[in-house]
Amino acid sequence: MAQMKINGQSVAFEPGQSVLQAAQANGIKIPTLCYLAEATPTGVCRMCVVEVVGADRLLPSCDTPAGEGMEVITDSPRVTEARKAILEMLLASGEHNCLLCEANGECKLQALAYEYGLEAPATLPAKAEFPLDDDYPVITRDFSKCILCGRCVQACNEVQVNLAIPAPWGPRQDQEPDKGWFPLVDYENCTHCGQCVQACPVGALTEKKAKGKGRSWETKKVRTTCPYCGVGCQLWLHVKDNQIIKVTAVEDAQPNRGRLCVKGRFGYDFIHSPERLTTPLIKENGEFREASWDEALDLVAERFMEIKKEHGPDSIAGVSCARSTNEDSYNMQKLFRAVIGTNNIDHCART
Amino acid sequence: MTNSFADFDKAKMFFIIGSNMTEAHPVAATFVKNAVNNGAKMILVDPRRTALAEFATMHLPLKVGSDIALLNGLMHVLIKEDLYDKEYVKSCTVGFEELKAAVENYPPERAEEISGIPAETIVEVARLMAANKPAMLMYTLGITEHTCGVNNVMSCANFQMLLGNVGFECGGVNPLRGQNNVQGACDMGALPNVYPGYQKVTDPDAKAKFEKAWGVELDDKLGMMMPAMFDGLGDGKVKGMYIFGENVANTEPDITHVEHCMEHAEFIVCNDIFHTETTRFADVVLPATAWSEDDGTFTNSERRVNRVRKAVEAPGDAKPNWWIFKEIAKRMGQEWESNSGQEIWDNEVSMLAPSMTGIKFSRIEGDGLQWPVPDLDHLGTPFLHKDGCFTCGLGNFKPAEWTPPAEVPDEEYPLVLSTGRRLYHYHTRTQTGRSGGLNELLGEETADISLADAKKLGIANGERVRLSSRRGSIELTAKVTPEVQEGMVWMAFHFREACANWLTNGVYDPVSQTAEYKACAVKLEKL
Ligand code: SF4
Ligand code: SF4
Ligand code: SF4
Ligand code: FES
Repeated sequence: MAQMKINGQSVAFEPGQSVLQAAQANGIKIPTLCYLAEATPTGVCRMCVVEVVGADRLLPSCDTPAGEGMEVITDSPRVTEARKAILEMLLASGEHNCLLCEANGECKLQALAYEYGLEAPATLPAKAEFPLDDDYPVITRDFSKCILCGRCVQACNEVQVNLAIPAPWGPRQDQEPDKGWFPLVDYENCTHCGQCVQACPVGALTEKKAKGKGRSWETKKVRTTCPYCGVGCQLWLHVKDNQIIKVTAVEDAQPNRGRLCVKGRFGYDFIHSPERLTTPLIKENGEFREASWDEALDLVAERFMEIKKEHGPDSIAGVSCARSTNEDSYNMQKLFRAVIGTNNIDHCART
Repeated sequence: MTNSFADFDKAKMFFIIGSNMTEAHPVAATFVKNAVNNGAKMILVDPRRTALAEFATMHLPLKVGSDIALLNGLMHVLIKEDLYDKEYVKSCTVGFEELKAAVENYPPERAEEISGIPAETIVEVARLMAANKPAMLMYTLGITEHTCGVNNVMSCANFQMLLGNVGFECGGVNPLRGQNNVQGACDMGALPNVYPGYQKVTDPDAKAKFEKAWGVELDDKLGMMMPAMFDGLGDGKVKGMYIFGENVANTEPDITHVEHCMEHAEFIVCNDIFHTETTRFADVVLPATAWSEDDGTFTNSERRVNRVRKAVEAPGDAKPNWWIFKEIAKRMGQEWESNSGQEIWDNEVSMLAPSMTGIKFSRIEGDGLQWPVPDLDHLGTPFLHKDGCFTCGLGNFKPAEWTPPAEVPDEEYPLVLSTGRRLYHYHTRTQTGRSGGLNELLGEETADISLADAKKLGIANGERVRLSSRRGSIELTAKVTPEVQEGMVWMAFHFREACANWLTNGVYDPVSQTAEYKACAVKLEKL
């Protein structure tokens, strides 16, 4: 392992690591905005700048390779001043009114402004000057809060590889040149996976269904596994008042490493549907009527025992569920084998 | 899967057959695309030009149901040109001579005749595969949902063993499991031939073990598979049925037949979270807790046992499924001790299934463990058959002959219907149809047809059509798309009215009893 110095302390790093990665691996914090661990660094925000002994300019640590014998200072007054200047510029560049922002409490810009002791700018540009894309059902894109970091572009093009956000370099043709570039979406390619939302460090990209449902500090985060396909992505359920209000991916978890698709991220609220079955039902004269658990379970047990007695255990068959838990499946096959006395148990394993 | 998702973005070569990964396993597909962006090569075999084709080195749009002919053709070239892994074949496999004799009859020209893939392409692909090792082979239901499904799977395995690609990181034979816990339901023995952990019901030792654990006498006869169960309802052999969670009235082939069978049942119980087309046939419907209302585990395609956690309270009187089964057992005279997901797993499953001995809830708080996990210190098994040492001895080549689908196009029904899933919905939409936004993203089913057939039949994109097979007829909107090849119609089974299963053919692989969802004959008319 190679050696370098960060803030006077000797640290080891793997060749190929950036200064930022070397610092992070050694527990040294450097603030970042545009850096997205799973993608190539772009170095656009310059929040992560550090002093490198021998270089006269400050260098973005995310985009500067660590080198043998390199000496780096991550928190000198010069570095702090540079970061403050960037933050001031970003705060003034958009409609950063935290009061109503969905990202309040989770916003990186807000957190850094607080950490660096910045004051709110006296005036903010009006929201109306920025594009707003609220036309599709699961994501709101409010570019009045966009800090042009490009993480959404990286997330879409490099992580998910959906190629739905044209690259950020230079102004877009359909924008006034002086308004600069905004990461507008090409809906021909967009799969509504929300990876861009997960990557957005501020409140520009947000989950529409979560709007107004709860602040991050009011929610409990519960880790679970996606209920749809066989990849088994790891999710955080954001829960408030007995309701899942939002789902995000667990970063650094196997197998999905922070990624989700549209179903995993947005297909959660069926459990809160008013159409849920809430009480046992027994059919009488062709109509279902409500019943108590005791009545319903007694009836099932009784009918199965009758059928078993009259026609033998093999006249009963069970179709188990490939969507429910292992423990449910286990108990169902046990009911068939150990209680009913048949191996007539199957499920749609083949489909 | 023999291997892990973690291999996907590191792999250098892919052979993807019968898998529309960007829609059916979207996150898995992202890792494949990452690998391609890093220089990996990909052979994509699919009758449709699916989204992954953009990333493929070569896309082979074979004819529906010709997989074995193509794979045999590829193996023919590997053997003829002496490109196969002789060392591996010699030390890790048996049955090579039989394989050689079988694929002898599939020169590329014959493979071309059957599959529609040009002979020179077949030669080129075989050479590319031999030159890029190891390669990961992935398949999904495009391989299994045929009357020759088992032979398709064997052929995939033969191909990978011949190339010496099984038993290595970034290699292997990798079926992506369709549903979140289809792997787990199999592991738990929700199958007519095995107890939990794939211990055979016909094996006296396994029987004795479970008799002791459960304190009862058990039956050593194989049980019925699903198609036999439904036919049994129809002909009176089966009187009572328990349907847990599945919406069989929409998911089984030939809906008319399935519903006819269920009408004949004496007694049907359903556990579900919603009324479905299936619960209409029930005598008793029991309201169950849903995902995130109870604690337990799912097992994903890479054999990873992951926790699912309770996050909210279930509505009304809904109860966990395991509780419902336990209560019925009690009323039929058996007291079961375990009283939570954790107790069932820790005290029963992991004690009874040797491959899961080392998995306890306390060990899978974060990332789950990939079985086999033989003991409490074992860290799990990211890939099976290490260095080609097969768990059951040597890898066995099981050569297969190509057979056509049970129903092929004719004058009356001139097109092939193939079916599958679309990105925005899952199965019969009991869940996705009730999740905000997803219906807006995809609100109806379409019959996807080729430009050539659209022109021939005078159908424009978006026009209403009638699609019929010998079993049924539906009306829906046509989508004219370059994804689909001439002579083929493609659709999904998410929407009841325009569900592909009104049309699909209830014929099955003789061994696995998987239905031929991927091929039946249909006719298309403009309305
Ligand atoms: S939702 Fe997904 S596909 Fe659409 S722009 Fe965002 S990352 Fe790209
Ligand atoms: S939308 Fe968000 S992620 Fe994208 S550039 Fe703007 S601030 Fe960055
Ligand atoms: S998030 Fe998407 S890819 Fe991941 S398990 Fe769920 S359905 Fe599959
Ligand atoms: S985080 Fe390094 S330049 Fe933005």
